[in-house]
Amino acid sequence: MLEVESLTTCYGAIAAIRKVGLTVRAGEVVCLIGPNGAGKTTLLSTIAGLLSPTGGKIWLNGDDVTDWAPDRMLRSGLALVPEHRRIFADLTVHENLMVGGVTKASTKRAGLQDQVIELFPALGSKLGTSAGYLSGGEAQQLAIGRAMMAEPEILLMDEPTLGLAPLLADVVFNLIGTLRDAGLTLLVVEQNAQRILEVADRGYVMRSGEIVLDGLAPDLLARQDLFDAYLGRSTDPV
Amino acid sequence: MTELLQQVVDGLGRGGIYALIALGIAVIFGVMHLVNFAHGELITVSAYAAYGLFAAGWDWWLVAPAVVVIAGVTSVVIEFVAFRWVRGAPDFTMLMTSFGVHFLVQAGFVMYVSANFRQFPRPGWIFETWKVGGVSLEVYDLLVILFTLLTLGATYWVLQNTMFGTSLRAAAEDFDAARLMGIRSDRIIRGAFALSGLLAGVAAVFWLMRSGQAGPTAGLSPMLKGVLAALIGGLGSLPGAVLGGVVLGLAEVLLISHLPAGLVGLTDGIVFLLIALLFVFRPQGLITVRRAERV
Repeated sequence: MLEVESLTTCYGAIAAIRKVGLTVRAGEVVCLIGPNGAGKTTLLSTIAGLLSPTGGKIWLNGDDVTDWAPDRMLRSGLALVPEHRRIFADLTVHENLMVGGVTKASTKRAGLQDQVIELFPALGSKLGTSAGYLSGGEAQQLAIGRAMMAEPEILLMDEPTLGLAPLLADVVFNLIGTLRDAGLTLLVVEQNAQRILEVADRGYVMRSGEIVLDGLAPDLLARQDLFDAYLGRSTDPV
Repeated sequence: MTELLQQVVDGLGRGGIYALIALGIAVIFGVMHLVNFAHGELITVSAYAAYGLFAAGWDWWLVAPAVVVIAGVTSVVIEFVAFRWVRGAPDFTMLMTSFGVHFLVQAGFVMYVSANFRQFPRPGWIFETWKVGGVSLEVYDLLVILFTLLTLGATYWVLQNTMFGTSLRAAAEDFDAARLMGIRSDRIIRGAFALSGLLAGVAAVFWLMRSGQAGPTAGLSPMLKGVLAALIGGLGSLPGAVLGGVVLGLAEVLLISHLPAGLVGLTDGIVFLLIALLFVFRPQGLITVRRAERV
């Protein structure tokens, strides 16, 4: 479904990611873990079209989508829930969801919003509230719901539990499982390696802009040396 | 009290025009992070268009709507010709581009039309006054206030009740996040320039009704006032731009009315000092803007 081939992205003269390759098959949950500064966010931003790669290819459903603009990527079925959520704080929850469904026919948006509310009931009573007044958990739900409004085939999530209390983080991890069961393909960047490997099918480990390891999630989870070498000494959230 | 009321009416009339110009500048800043110093050229082009239309025998009833449309179209053309090539470039590059457009348009009129100002008729009836309870209400001020309210109301309605307006507000808050939602940057930027141009066009109608002349630098003063108003309100804030315009208009009229005769010439300088003082205490302007940094 999604194939990244030898992708390189630079900030000026500095390569943030170098010759990165990964594959996400339809229906899989794939996680991308690694220490801060490994290049995970840069990789997702490049795939989603926010950054232009300096080398390599991105394939989506067999099409070469390298350097496509974000709106074109979305129309091709790939959505990104960005780091720090980046919901529109001055817009209401309803308006945020409508913007999320901007690529859909106006007659379809209300139905899509109902589906999102079904998934995130907490948002239902806050449709008229400015998104800036939502709690961290609600804001994360809105960020995911907003991306779901586009009915993506593959959803990229960048640090979905960042800044969330452990209980709310559990809700997000459960949600990832729910989305997978609903047939969505997911590529998730997550600091809490232990928890994401528990729900993912496969994982990639990034360090210093390169993929240094990949494998089935249970295999990665079983390797204590991985956590020692790349992810800090403990398996606790970073 | 009567005197103060008089000054408030005068200030609102003046501030209304500033608010329209500032709102256009704020719309562009919101989606492009660009303080558009070429915004005044919309008024310059409008002035020459008005001059040409009067020469062709049109009157104000036809010239006014034509000027609004011409300003809107000119704004989109400027975006297409100049700014689309530097989209995504550092803010400084876009700023320099706006200066480039500003000077090129001015030079174009100097070279191919004239460096001298050209006069056209002002509608005499707008300077008639009505006396209400000791306050002299000039038709011009009332018209400006009325049309400013109507224009702002229509703009507010579009921004709040249409998908274009919601998308524009989203893009103004976080352009990259808006692109991630599927909003087409081309359309939203072009739409922002069209809206900004139409607002400048309405402002130009009233500015030109008062000045009655077209010249290469006709847009300079309104552009500076608009930028100042946008800064006062909080650059990028749409309500702030309107508020900034009104505050600037009121401040100017109150200063002109209360300064000793010998110091009236320093009004603009004192306004700048007051703005500098405002920024000492509120560097973000009157309204704080939440905005995400671009990737």
